[in-house]
Amino acid sequence: MNKLDPKFGDYGGMYVPELLIPALDQLEQAYIDAQNDPEFQKEFIGLLTDYAGRPTAMTLTKNLVSNPKVKLYLKREDLLHGGAHKTNQVLGQALLTKRMGKTEVIAETGAGQHGVATALACALLGLKARIYMGAKDVERQAPNVFRMRLMGAEVIPVNSGSGTLKDAVNEALRDWSASYDRAHYLLGTAAGPHPFPTIVREFHRMIGEETRAQIMEKEGRLPDAVVAAVGGGSNAIGMFADFIDSPEVKLVGVEPGGKGIHTHMHGAAMATGSKGILHGTYSYIMQDENGQIEESYSVSAGLDYPAVGPQHAHLHDTGRAEYVSITDAEALNAFQLLAKKEGIIPALESSHALAHALNMADEAEDDTIIVVNLSGRGDKDLAHVQSILGVNFGE
Amino acid sequence: MSRYNKMFTRLAAANQGAFVPFVMIGDPDLDTSLEIIQTLIDNGADALELGIPFSDPIADGPTIQKAAIRALDKGVTPKACLDLLKKLRETNPDIPVGLLLYSNLVMGPGIDGFYAHAAEAGVDSILVADVPLREAKPFLAAAKQYGIDQILIAPPNASDETFAGIGEHSAGYTYLLGRAGVTGAETAASMPASELVAKLRDVNAAPALLGFGISKPEQVKDAITAGAAGAISGSATVNLVEANLANTEQMLAQLGHFVREMKAATNKA
Repeated sequence: MNKLDPKFGDYGGMYVPELLIPALDQLEQAYIDAQNDPEFQKEFIGLLTDYAGRPTAMTLTKNLVSNPKVKLYLKREDLLHGGAHKTNQVLGQALLTKRMGKTEVIAETGAGQHGVATALACALLGLKARIYMGAKDVERQAPNVFRMRLMGAEVIPVNSGSGTLKDAVNEALRDWSASYDRAHYLLGTAAGPHPFPTIVREFHRMIGEETRAQIMEKEGRLPDAVVAAVGGGSNAIGMFADFIDSPEVKLVGVEPGGKGIHTHMHGAAMATGSKGILHGTYSYIMQDENGQIEESYSVSAGLDYPAVGPQHAHLHDTGRAEYVSITDAEALNAFQLLAKKEGIIPALESSHALAHALNMADEAEDDTIIVVNLSGRGDKDLAHVQSILGVNFGE
Repeated sequence: MSRYNKMFTRLAAANQGAFVPFVMIGDPDLDTSLEIIQTLIDNGADALELGIPFSDPIADGPTIQKAAIRALDKGVTPKACLDLLKKLRETNPDIPVGLLLYSNLVMGPGIDGFYAHAAEAGVDSILVADVPLREAKPFLAAAKQYGIDQILIAPPNASDETFAGIGEHSAGYTYLLGRAGVTGAETAASMPASELVAKLRDVNAAPALLGFGISKPEQVKDAITAGAAGAISGSATVNLVEANLANTEQMLAQLGHFVREMKAATNKA
């Protein structure tokens, strides 16, 4: 029996082979114990503060919004060690790994950001990391592969299937079903089987909590909307969690529209509206009429996932959160705008959220306050964006 | 009496265990697949475990993943698989046929719809690889409604709660995992199966068939000696398909030989 609720409305659950149930139960118990253990909390908060650099700043944009009476704030997860929000929950799960007496960590990565975060946490805490990465992604994300290897992680290219993130998750699950005795599967997003969506949300919850405190201090009131990009949905759920019970704050998730959601080249699982089971959880997924999982596509590798975390599916259906999509072109435009107007180079993932927030700001009434979760920095995307914009860009 | 019950009664009278090969329906294509399955039957398979190809098979090792990809590349759909079984059933009225697939293929037409179609195609049992007992309730209900046995998996690490649930809900047979990990002939079954078989007996589970890592006649013999009602061999069977993609005649000859050898090992001393 589960001790925490494994479902979000109809969504979520534990659709995994029976063999993995004991490992998931062990994780659930370790997580519950850790949440009630002041020593664990102290260690986690200590790492977040002294190693990762929390709390992260909240920046009011100066030049980006044309209406001076509309305020657009950026929650600066890009300033976190590792370059993205992912470090938060990875540190939490790495501590859980030690708590369970396990010495090895398995992880999947698409763009390499979760892999890098896993590698750094494992280096710090003396855990042995092996990271599955689609063979195509290994080629496309060479700098992150090098980063992971520098920090002592083993990077394993996955050739099966399409050689991208979903196949890396498959391979990590396969590994785990043989190694659960000694290894923890450090899943990188708020998806997958219970208890991962809950654990990942709670280990990212400080994003929203800090945002609330910072905006109260600066503005004396809650924002009108918080906006975050949604691939699997970890940065968005981290931003949303503390605001779900504050109905005056609009929650907006931005899915990757790729080349347009009318094409097959996108990663907007909710926009297509089809439900199913992928990687252990019931949620919105991208699939063909026979139930075979489709390839997702996005200019941003971190959003390139053909499903979405189950709590987002639930927030979508209940209407508590709104989900929209932003195309590659719109995201690339926002990427450049933020660089040019504010001197901040955002990750392509975060650029999706920013692009939609800018649209919202254009249409907003006076005195509107919007917060964008700037979930990561764009260093990792420079070569990719340069290849799209052209090497002679700006000359 | 169900086809599984009849099979186990017949085998008990003959003092034999069951040999159950697995192949992927539609691998390497639908026509050859039908010939392959018929060859397995004609050479002594007691029951069949048949896969429906899925794009993301998390419980399967490379051999069965590749079989699924070969079938999907040929455009094989779940409906085409069930149509093939219907055809197979016309000439093979007695052999128990089990489906092994992943949950998303069931969710597409809806649990109810899928089980109805499967029953119509003459399927005796369904095993959904990524549905553990904890999520099994609606699947068990549909199985009951359409007269299909829902196959449950007994892994070596299962809790007492899981064993009790298997005892309560298992029907047809119980799929006993010989080891952790995913399917594949590379890693042999390692568990002393007798302990798990005894546990399953204690909870009155359906007869245990041992699977995962079974590729040799000695392993079939060992499984039966340990008290299992038989053994399932998937990757070793599929390997013979893969090794002979260019020569169907040779493929069928090798499969026939393999099944005869494995079946011969089911004779109890």
